[in-house]
Amino acid sequence: MTLKFGIQNNYKPLPFGEIREGLMKTELESVVIKFAGDSGDGMQLAGSLFTETTANIGNQIATFPDFPSEIRAPQGTVAGVSGYQIHFGKSGVHSPGDAPDVLIAMNPAALQANLHNLKPASTIIIDSDTFKKKDFEKAGFDGNPLEDNTFSDYKVIEAPITSLTKTNITDLGLDNKSMVRCKNMFALGMVYWLFNEPLEKTINFFDNKFKKLPAVCEANKRTLQSGHNYAETIEALTSSFTVLPAKKQPGTYRNITGNQAAAWGFLAAAEKAKKDLFLGTYPITPATDILHELTKHKWAGVKIVQAEDEIAGICSAIGASFAGDVAITTTSGPGMALKTEAIGLAVMTELPLVIVNVQRGGPSTGLPTKTEQSDLQQALYGRNGESPLVVLSASTPADCFDWAFEATRIALEHMTPVILLTESYIGNGAEPWKIKLTEELPDIHPRTLDSYDENWKPYDRDTEKLARQWVVPGTKGMEHRIGGLEKDECTGCVSHNPQNHAIMVATRQNKIDKIADFIPLQKYKGKDATKLLVVGWGGQFGILFGAVNDLQKEGKNIAFTHFNYINPLPKNTAEIFAKFDRILVCELNNGQFADYLRAQFPQFTYEQFNKVEGLPFKIKDLKNKFNEMLEAGNA
Amino acid sequence: MEEATLECPLKPKDFASDQEVKWCPGCGDYAVLNAVKRALAELNIKKEDATFVSGIGCSSRFPYYVDTYGFHTIHGRAAAIATGVKVANPNLSVWVASGDGDSLAIGGNHFIHAIRRNINMNLILFNNEIYGLTKGQYSPTSERGKVTKSSPHGTVEDPFNPAELALGAQGSFYARVPDTDVKLMTSVMVEAEKHQGLSLVEVLQNCVIFNDKVHAAITGKETKLDNQLILEHGQPMLFGAEKNKGLRLNGLDLEVVTIGENNITEADILIHDETLVNPTLHFMLSRMQLPEFPIAMGVIRNVNKNVYDQALHQQRADEKTNSKFASLNDLFLSGNTFKVV
Ligand SMILES: Cc1ncc(C[n+]2csc(CCOP(=O)(O)OP(=O)(O)O)c2C)c(N)n1
Ligand code: SF4
Ligand SMILES: [Mg+2]
Repeated sequence: MTLKFGIQNNYKPLPFGEIREGLMKTELESVVIKFAGDSGDGMQLAGSLFTETTANIGNQIATFPDFPSEIRAPQGTVAGVSGYQIHFGKSGVHSPGDAPDVLIAMNPAALQANLHNLKPASTIIIDSDTFKKKDFEKAGFDGNPLEDNTFSDYKVIEAPITSLTKTNITDLGLDNKSMVRCKNMFALGMVYWLFNEPLEKTINFFDNKFKKLPAVCEANKRTLQSGHNYAETIEALTSSFTVLPAKKQPGTYRNITGNQAAAWGFLAAAEKAKKDLFLGTYPITPATDILHELTKHKWAGVKIVQAEDEIAGICSAIGASFAGDVAITTTSGPGMALKTEAIGLAVMTELPLVIVNVQRGGPSTGLPTKTEQSDLQQALYGRNGESPLVVLSASTPADCFDWAFEATRIALEHMTPVILLTESYIGNGAEPWKIKLTEELPDIHPRTLDSYDENWKPYDRDTEKLARQWVVPGTKGMEHRIGGLEKDECTGCVSHNPQNHAIMVATRQNKIDKIADFIPLQKYKGKDATKLLVVGWGGQFGILFGAVNDLQKEGKNIAFTHFNYINPLPKNTAEIFAKFDRILVCELNNGQFADYLRAQFPQFTYEQFNKVEGLPFKIKDLKNKFNEMLEAGNA
Repeated sequence: MEEATLECPLKPKDFASDQEVKWCPGCGDYAVLNAVKRALAELNIKKEDATFVSGIGCSSRFPYYVDTYGFHTIHGRAAAIATGVKVANPNLSVWVASGDGDSLAIGGNHFIHAIRRNINMNLILFNNEIYGLTKGQYSPTSERGKVTKSSPHGTVEDPFNPAELALGAQGSFYARVPDTDVKLMTSVMVEAEKHQGLSLVEVLQNCVIFNDKVHAAITGKETKLDNQLILEHGQPMLFGAEKNKGLRLNGLDLEVVTIGENNITEADILIHDETLVNPTLHFMLSRMQLPEFPIAMGVIRNVNKNVYDQALHQQRADEKTNSKFASLNDLFLSGNTFKVV
């Protein structure tokens, strides 16, 4: 079975581009899940069936069935909650586990009963049909806990389990009570999907148990399957299970997913730029949670247009940028493809804009819920014409905050669109974030010019950054027109002059290249190493770091450098590469970053380690590869 | 005398930019430019407060010629970009200039959704029933059988009537004007700007080069009085050289009648009410075709409806009042946090 990865974090807020020492991403040895519901909800059966299945495929297990103390406790009350906890995994399962990574709560009382024992960032599956006013009041909640902030730190999957259960089996002639009784199988089906476990064993169980009651047998089997299908259809995503750090920097922490962190990073950036935030977007997995998060924060001034498509999403953002807002658009691969032409417009008009691509498996619709890093070259080159822009990537769930902030800073201070690449793995994954208060963040200085200047021309630029100024409608005396046609380098009027076009093409490129003067130098880990340099980028940081770290502890001659600034690259990149005998570029695609490096620094030889299974790297596989290369050198 | 601190009201010519207008001589787009400049002056709009957004096409060159803020964008996307402009700064007077290809072919999706959302802006649809800029291909408004460069054997598709699309998308304001009547166009532009919500103004525009005289039967000097019904709110729907023809309802259909014939008096003629919430009559008026009917001109529909940008900003304001968070720090520190010492 596939276990999820977790992140062990020694979070230190370091300057951008620095490697976080001590941050480890390890393959989780085991997982704890808990089924909880009313005594009549069949939680024990669900739990034991899951146990059977998971034992059958060779996992170690420890279980803890947890019945209500009163046999006939009133329905829907905390006292009536029945639970079944299962700890399972490859090794290290010595107890039923402390707190669940996944909680299945069939009613508000089950949720209430387990509130004290939830791991931050854990996944909670709830039956939303049971969250009526009288239900949550009976369970002792003041208001609907799903509607306030109680569970903002968890991955809550709300599923109308009771009603879906019934709809699927109405034709079998069962009474209402018997139909409702099947809902535990719906929940079990969902859990099987989450952990990629087979349904056969459970189906066999029903075939044997209800031989004489074919309708009941069919109802249970069908419900199991429909729960499984439902989880697949809604693309239920588990957060990466987080193992809390052994040692951490002092400070206040919270758990955060990458998409939430990105959303908050944008809120913070807009505040630090003293501007309103504008999001124009269209829903797409796995990026939609940025929209879900930002839409909760209209109080903070964010303006959101959920547009008719991705084109309108980015176009409305470009319009908002023209009019003076901090404009962003969020999407994933297919939506990125649709935004292409409009990104070119932002390049041409030199407007600030951040485009977030939470990458998923491609091409086409591909693997919507799986992770990949295969949109890198699309980000770098996927436009008509010479169309350079800034490409950044985030490394971990929590640092999506920093990179959203940095992307916005660059866009505003350098007047350019910026593409921020994250990926499903970190967008939905969670880790502890050392909270950054707004006063700890630097101010952002947009290139705004908000009063009359008789000498100003729309495409005037400074020599330091080659960036133009941002003069927005409403500014008296500064009326001007911009657009996608080539512009005269001085006046900003439409120009078809051949020399002017050559100059403008070069200027747009130079503007992006110059950003290298305003970003930190690239760091690497392993100062004494000379043999093998492992190169990574984006959200595979934790796993790569962990693998290299293990080998360094063993005294191996290996170093690691991880890129967040993709275009432009940090100025000392070649200097670092020159120190090593071999360079291995590891990425979840067929070698897109490696190819890019070949084009940038052809003097080096780049070897590749690639994976395109829609899954993150495994530490074990990486270490094998590194060792192989290190040993080959010794032979 | 005191130094004059008051600004003189702007005149239409003050809205002319320094750019040379490059439309073909005789192009109907010039008339629209004139009407818009007059309307801006009449409305007393400050230059800095107006923004013109366009897509791509001959007509989409429009923003370059108006001395306000302007954004010449990409083909079909003007309505979407203007949506962002308006939401970002609702104080701006936002105008979209777009061709029949721009708004009804490549940008059809944005067109209907901008109308549906009822964003407070004015969309001028330059309907020349042809792709001008790309030199004469048929468009979604070209009549069936139209012979063009891309349809040498005649088209095999029926056109859109922009009014039907707009009303079907629950449009709150629709007007139609010929490019030959700058006075009417000016007054319609003024009404469009005053209307809260999306105002669609369809201009029957002549392309002298690729579709000359396409609207001639409607706009020609000899025929226009008989072939145009210029609607005025609260006035009887009368037309014709002698103003003696009018419309009345016959069952569920409109009918052209002549005053003085068959005992018809002015009392039998329908009175135009642009504010009717039920769009049925507005649909019927906008669907009228030659030769049986005159073409309806002027403001056909003008009703009050929720305005997207206003509602969006109201929601932000309400959330600000009701939020338990006063700052981002409140948000960051809310919920489950843990301290490491
Ligand atoms: C994405 C894209 N596709 C096609 C074109 C080519 N193109 C430019 S304008 C135009 C049609 C213009 O027709 P219309 O919108 O009716 O404007 P007009 O020129 O008639 O005013 C086309 C097809 C383009 N610029 N961009
Ligand atoms: S081609 Fe037609 S629409 Fe374009 S400018 Fe010339 S006359 Fe006007
Ligand atoms: Mg046209």
